[in-house]
Amino acid sequence: MESLTEKKLKALELMANRLREDVITMVSHAGSGHVGGPLGMADIITAFYFHILQHDPHNPNWEGRDRLILSNGHICPVQYAALAHAGYFPVEELKTLRQLGSRLQGHPHRGSLPGIETTSGPLGSGISQAIGIALAGKMDKKKWRTYCLTSDGEHQEGNTWEAIMFAGKNNLNNLTVIVDRNNIQIDGFTEHIMPLEPLRSKYEAFNWHVLEINGHNFEEIAAAVAEARAIYEKPTVIIAHTIPGKGVSFMENDYLWHSKAFGPGDAERAMAELRTIKAKIKVGYE
Amino acid sequence: MLSPEAKLNPHIFDADVEQKPIRDGYGEGLVAAAKVNPKVVALCADLLESTRTEEFAKKYPQRFFEVGVAEQNMATIAAGLAVSGKIPFIASYATFSPGRNWEQIRTTIAYNKANVKIAGHHAGVSVGPDGATHQATEDIAIMRVMPNMKVLVPCDSIEAKKATLSAAHVWGPVYIRLQRESVPVITTEETPFLPGKAQFFWEPSIVGKKPDVLIIGCGAILYNALCAARELEEKEKIGTVVLNCHTIKPLDEKKIVELVKKIGAVVVVEEHQIAGGLGGAVAEVLAKHCPVPIEFIGMSDMFGESGKPLELLKKYNMDTKGIKSAVKKVLHRKKL
Repeated sequence: MESLTEKKLKALELMANRLREDVITMVSHAGSGHVGGPLGMADIITAFYFHILQHDPHNPNWEGRDRLILSNGHICPVQYAALAHAGYFPVEELKTLRQLGSRLQGHPHRGSLPGIETTSGPLGSGISQAIGIALAGKMDKKKWRTYCLTSDGEHQEGNTWEAIMFAGKNNLNNLTVIVDRNNIQIDGFTEHIMPLEPLRSKYEAFNWHVLEINGHNFEEIAAAVAEARAIYEKPTVIIAHTIPGKGVSFMENDYLWHSKAFGPGDAERAMAELRTIKAKIKVGYE
Repeated sequence: MLSPEAKLNPHIFDADVEQKPIRDGYGEGLVAAAKVNPKVVALCADLLESTRTEEFAKKYPQRFFEVGVAEQNMATIAAGLAVSGKIPFIASYATFSPGRNWEQIRTTIAYNKANVKIAGHHAGVSVGPDGATHQATEDIAIMRVMPNMKVLVPCDSIEAKKATLSAAHVWGPVYIRLQRESVPVITTEETPFLPGKAQFFWEPSIVGKKPDVLIIGCGAILYNALCAARELEEKEKIGTVVLNCHTIKPLDEKKIVELVKKIGAVVVVEEHQIAGGLGGAVAEVLAKHCPVPIEFIGMSDMFGESGKPLELLKKYNMDTKGIKSAVKKVLHRKKL
């Protein structure tokens, strides 16, 4: 990982903002899809595709690439936008999201689109797939690392905990899980629907190394991933506290925006807010 | 007579015919596949001995993963291994895998095009005393409706070994249905096994005589079908053809339709729900190409129960007597 200079930080912030704009455009154009999660994860996705990952967008199946597994497939619009801007496929293709014949399926499908490592959408199966990939990497003595992005809500799935138990037992130190701790799910707040806390001690009890960060701070994201690489005894989980809907004031922290359809004017208002943020980043928040 | 080209066990009708559990063939096939292909790995969910994965685990400890009682995890870890180039075999009882983890198999193996082989053990009511919770009678149905999935149902341990080896060889998701009890060894090492090709096990002894009924079957129950065919010919002059349909998907539609057009009546035998299994698959094809009377041997929308395997097969008309009466029934319907 290169160092995070002021210039690089600004570039990452601008990219994250661009991904947020794309998410709004894509989902409003598609007429359905999720926005809360994608906006909240835009910074982490940006950090991975434009700073952390060893990858080659022009050779998506390059054997030496780091593997990024998206477990909570419903936030794929932001991943699609990142893949396009990274060079995996043309940016113009983003507007085909959820349309007949598109490679941009409503939930990601491996084989349809370059850069998608696993099919996902049904929750709770990503960590165990990432485990299988990390195991294969260890068996073949590969240096690449496996990262798995998960939602907090999918920690209500039994499969998730089966996976967490397995990774702890097998000391999978080449696996890093990131939890999008945004506290919302479709029906409401996670702690009302089915409480996940104390999440940190749960992971610790399963023999994981646990880090907690602000999921909108690039320096914290990069530092946590760097620390995870240095932990040899255990797999690492990074609990990233994020704001769902981040960047669009009327979507932030409102669980209804997990997957709400856009009303008249919503997309325009959201874009106006994101444009304001972009202008502020450009002038350095003076 | 036994079809000569099938090169079946010549002692099949002897009282002391060799008996062996079908699942043994899985264990042997797994080790044989691992020997020739280093990509083959195996996973098990706390049923090492029972699923005959033990030998593999001993011989290839670095390629074996014990996941504990967690079938969903087993399927999804296997999916991850597969997308990284491994050829994982996962084994548990069929009621749990592919029963409990069906959605994981659908999404992360079938739709994901992950090269995973799923071994569903303890299929059918002949599991016996464990009762209906452990007797898978729906697994063929839930697996054959899944796009990208192939379904194999070997009839004895030798065929199970061949099926396991062929699953390792062929690219893509495969479901192999296996059974628990010691059952007669029908085939020999020389018996041809071609996935997707149904094969003759029995034909009328008088060459040129038109058979009255076609019996299509899969799994251990084929032995009962062969006994029924022999008795029907010797004692009642009813000529049958017995077809071993070890591949439910892709079904050998061509051969089935061709035969049915000549013979005109069918009995399907399987240790599975009548709905959705081999019987369902055959009926779908015949309804489209060649509708004829069909009788079904299988579970009629009911669960099994505890009991001795042979008692259960008798109770659910899956024994020789049950198959014989189904043949006579369909023959009667054919003549109407």
